[in-house]
Amino acid sequence: MTEPIIEMKNIEKHFGAVIALGGVSFDVCPGEVHCLLGDNGAGKSTFIKTMSGVHRPTSGTILFEGREMNFESPRDAMAAGIATVYQDLAMIPLMSVTRNFWMGNEPIRKIGPFRFFDFELANRVTMEEMAKMGINLREPSQAVGTLSGGERQTVAIARAVYFGAKVLILDEPTSALGVRQTSNVLATIDKVRKQGIAVVFITHNVRHALAVGDRFTVLNRGRTLGTARRGEITPEELQDMMAGGQELAQLESSLGGTV
Amino acid sequence: MTDERLKQVSTLRRIMIRPELGAISGAILVFVFFLMIAGDSGMFAPQGIQNWTVVSAQFAIIAVGACLLMIAGEFDLSVGSMIGFAGIVIAILSVQWGWPVWAAILVTFALTISLGAVNGFLVIKTGLPSFIVTLAFLYILRGLTIWLSILTTQKTVIGGVKKAAEGDWLAPIFGGKVFTGFFQWMADQGWIETFTRGTRAGQPVVEGVPMLIIWALGLIIFGQVLLTKTRFGNWIFAAGGDAQAARYVGVPVNRVKILMFMFTAFCATVFATAQVMEFGSAAADRGLLKEFEAIISVVIGGALLTGGYGSVVGAALGALIFGVVQQGLFFSGAESSLFRVFLGTILILAVILNTYIRRIITGER
Repeated sequence: MTEPIIEMKNIEKHFGAVIALGGVSFDVCPGEVHCLLGDNGAGKSTFIKTMSGVHRPTSGTILFEGREMNFESPRDAMAAGIATVYQDLAMIPLMSVTRNFWMGNEPIRKIGPFRFFDFELANRVTMEEMAKMGINLREPSQAVGTLSGGERQTVAIARAVYFGAKVLILDEPTSALGVRQTSNVLATIDKVRKQGIAVVFITHNVRHALAVGDRFTVLNRGRTLGTARRGEITPEELQDMMAGGQELAQLESSLGGTV
Repeated sequence: MTDERLKQVSTLRRIMIRPELGAISGAILVFVFFLMIAGDSGMFAPQGIQNWTVVSAQFAIIAVGACLLMIAGEFDLSVGSMIGFAGIVIAILSVQWGWPVWAAILVTFALTISLGAVNGFLVIKTGLPSFIVTLAFLYILRGLTIWLSILTTQKTVIGGVKKAAEGDWLAPIFGGKVFTGFFQWMADQGWIETFTRGTRAGQPVVEGVPMLIIWALGLIIFGQVLLTKTRFGNWIFAAGGDAQAARYVGVPVNRVKILMFMFTAFCATVFATAQVMEFGSAAADRGLLKEFEAIISVVIGGALLTGGYGSVVGAALGALIFGVVQQGLFFSGAESSLFRVFLGTILILAVILNTYIRRIITGER
């Protein structure tokens, strides 16, 4: 395996008296999907927000391409090539696909002293990039609200990739989706990995993780419970680790092993 | 792989389905209505047309500001008070303090735009709804206006601006008329009505196009181009559509919102300056309820009250409906209180239609 592009060492984050992260280590390599699993409240969100520059860690170091980094804001992280796709904040439904795709990075065409949004270029590129991800838009001016949940995630992923993301953080991209849409998003993740981009895939669904993951790290109560490679761990073991073992084992027997 | 469940959208439907449809239908409706009941009352003669276009232009000027601000996700309820305030400040500076009118106008613009920025900063920094912050300014500015006016002149109306503005280079930009030569020519050809007696015999009754209308058209074009054709326009939509999502991709949401508060204050001051130059006086009670009339125009025009969606052209059509209804009822000799009944009805109808169209366009559920 190649060198990790981003390496988080012993990250701690305290909010007042609450220790949200109590020493988490995590790394991801280019062309790899590293799944971050954990139940609700395990600290997944806090951890990725630290990685994407929203929070500053209380202690611990972040190495990006071998150098120590201190992200002051999400903008810094983005400029370095770390893109985050949030579950419900990925897209603005009232705006068109093109307007969403280029939001914050609008192409400019100058006419005399005036600077206009270059819709011709923007629409063309949007259609092309969407087609690459397997989505054929009716027209680029259609509102994102008319797309399905899976398609919205795909637009957000395509946008991050197009704008040069080296690390793509996906915050529960499949948790609100149906079966078919989930497989589409997982296929998209696979395409992104093949382009040599490092993917951090946050989920609490073991099956989604196993479908695309190369490595799996489980968080529980603000700590890492360990990292496993693909093939080294069974779905049942992952599930148990996520839920904290014991209790779930009991629950599971009463539910007939369906969870 | 095209989705077989997507119906082919016909061109006609695509042309029809636009945010301004409610306002376009409303405008056609009111024109047909008044052509029928007031067609021979002089409402559609040159003087009548000037009458309702000026009123509509007044609404349009403040509606453009309110529209962009609403799309950016905020309200400004202090527009009406800002109009009164700006007018009184211009009058005090020029008439009471003897400043040249151009200086009074420029300083007033600087002052009101700064107040717009204060509105914006307070909304951004406190995180309070702009509804509350600007409601406070509605009272603060109105109170200050009346107090300032009484303090300096013992009156709430300050006259004499027309005299002070004579020969001023900036005043005609707000209070003057253009294309006067063309109107004189049309009068000479006998196409439009002229005065038959008095000192102005032979001159056309409608001398030209008031600058107010030029300002309205200019602001509408500026607003529409800014919103739909520029990068900043995309930021306006994004700031109002979902401020957090916009911030995550690097849109300077705070800057956009504050600038829109400043622009709204600018529009209110254009309105106030034109009114002061036309009447030759300022009054502390000017602009009452204008904030709501601006918001109603914007909503008739298809904008979403919660932000992120709307159209400047729609808002301008909303202002046109407003002006035509207000003046049309006057021309048709109807009871003027019916204006509000009619307006309320159109508001409901247009908004129902707009909501339906918006759901089709944006896939809202």
